Amino acid sequence: MKFLCVPCDRVMAFAERHVPDDGTLTVVFGCPGCGREMALLANPYESQLVRSLGVKVGGRTVPEQPMELMRGSLEGGRPEAFNDSTPLAREDAASRGPGPVWSPGALERLERVPSFVRGMVKRIYVDWARQHGISEFTPEVMDRARSELGLEGM
Amino acid sequence: MRRIRTYKDVAAEAGAAVVTIPGQVMAQRERLARRLADIGAVAAIASGKGGVGKSALTANLAVSLGAHGLRVGALDSDLNGPSLARMLGVVGARFTAGENGMIPPMGSGGIRVVSMELFQDGADDPLRWRGPKGESWAWRGVIETGTIRELLSDVAWGKLDVLFVDVAPGTDRIARLLDLVPDPAALLLVTTPSAMARRVVARSLRLAREARVRRIGLVENMTTWACPGCGALTELYESSEPQLASREIECWAEVPFDPRLARSTDEGTPFVLAYPDAPAARAITALATRLRRELHL
Ligand SMILES: Nc1ncnc2c1ncn2[C@@H]1O[C@H](COP(=O)(O)OP(=O)(O)OP(=O)(O)O)[C@@H](O)[C@H]1O
Ligand SMILES: [Mg+2]
Ligand SMILES: [Zn+2]
Repeated sequence: MKFLCVPCDRVMAFAERHVPDDGTLTVVFGCPGCGREMALLANPYESQLVRSLGVKVGGRTVPEQPMELMRGSLEGGRPEAFNDSTPLAREDAASRGPGPVWSPGALERLERVPSFVRGMVKRIYVDWARQHGISEFTPEVMDRARSELGLEGM
Repeated sequence: MRRIRTYKDVAAEAGAAVVTIPGQVMAQRERLARRLADIGAVAAIASGKGGVGKSALTANLAVSLGAHGLRVGALDSDLNGPSLARMLGVVGARFTAGENGMIPPMGSGGIRVVSMELFQDGADDPLRWRGPKGESWAWRGVIETGTIRELLSDVAWGKLDVLFVDVAPGTDRIARLLDLVPDPAALLLVTTPSAMARRVVARSLRLAREARVRRIGLVENMTTWACPGCGALTELYESSEPQLASREIECWAEVPFDPRLARSTDEGTPFVLAYPDAPAARAITALATRLRRELHL
């Protein structure tokens, strides 16, 4: 899927992505020629079709985690299936070295992610923070990461 | 009419490749290919028909080859009707994060086992995916094939001599596996001597031949039954359907019916270890030997 700016005859470039909590997907593209922007609005079915392929419209910015599609899609995942699903506070204290610090609000939000995927989601956030030189996670920073990464429901 | 450049016209335009969907799908394929490169042989166990003993044979064959000192893995690609976690005794076990993917638990006989059951919370939960309610048929198969891809590529199988893949019933499931693993070292087609089973397996055979699968062997399961009183063998089915073996597929094994096989295997104790001298166990051990020869293991 590509968007062509017809007047300029140029392929539009991915600009940003939003994943509202209602299952829809919004992806903004801009024309490198005239600067005009347009947003692709996908309904929940269309969003799901793309998501099921394990791909992200507009591309990925952090590498795929192992079993990302399955772990992010399964309903009723077993909390103990992966040994990376240990209680967060403890894990965070232990690994508080090079990674970003989590504010209490951010930790609380992470705790709400089902433990089956929490370890994976956390690693995705941390990879993203490293890429962006971010040293502290707050709920606001998480919002930014979440929409940049296209993490639906995570 | 205006001429507007097509997708293919612009596909190669600079800067686009890394972020495209085909580019991401290609990256997934490469990841899978890299993983398969560490696996000596993929042996798929399929039928097309349900309930003919694919999973029980997979578990027992895996253990049998493991007992020969080979490094063996078993992937339960039957996501909706998983059995291998139970049959290989890993229910409740966990995956550990490795440098190179998720390290699967080790089951009976040292077999590395991956099955959907290991990821599901409730023992009786049907497989459910998050997504918009209704019309799930449109994406469900896609997620499930993607999941099998991940279970192949994102699992740190380590160096394996052979990876068994237990394929769900339905000839379409064989086709899907061949999309992911186009060139398995061997395909075992399991049938019972019933007319219905043979007809379905004949379709699977046609499919596998068209896909040019290198080695295809037939396994006739539940052929005879030994009377517990006198030991006399009785045919379990009276089939008028011609033997598949006569239709250009070689029969690699005939495995008799033995209630102990069902009991011990379903409880997670491999039958071939528990009753090595039973005729059914001997037949499976002989099949394992045949497979080793076919695969030069
Ligand atoms: N030779 C045999 N003798 C006795 N029991 C058997 C034999 N082969 C398989 N069984 C038992 O029959 C039942 C069905 O076998 P199994 O689950 O392996 O079939 P399947 O082909 O994998 O089924 P599905 O298509 O549902 O995946 C199991 O309880 C299994 O232990
Ligand atoms: Mg089965
Ligand atoms: Zn333009």
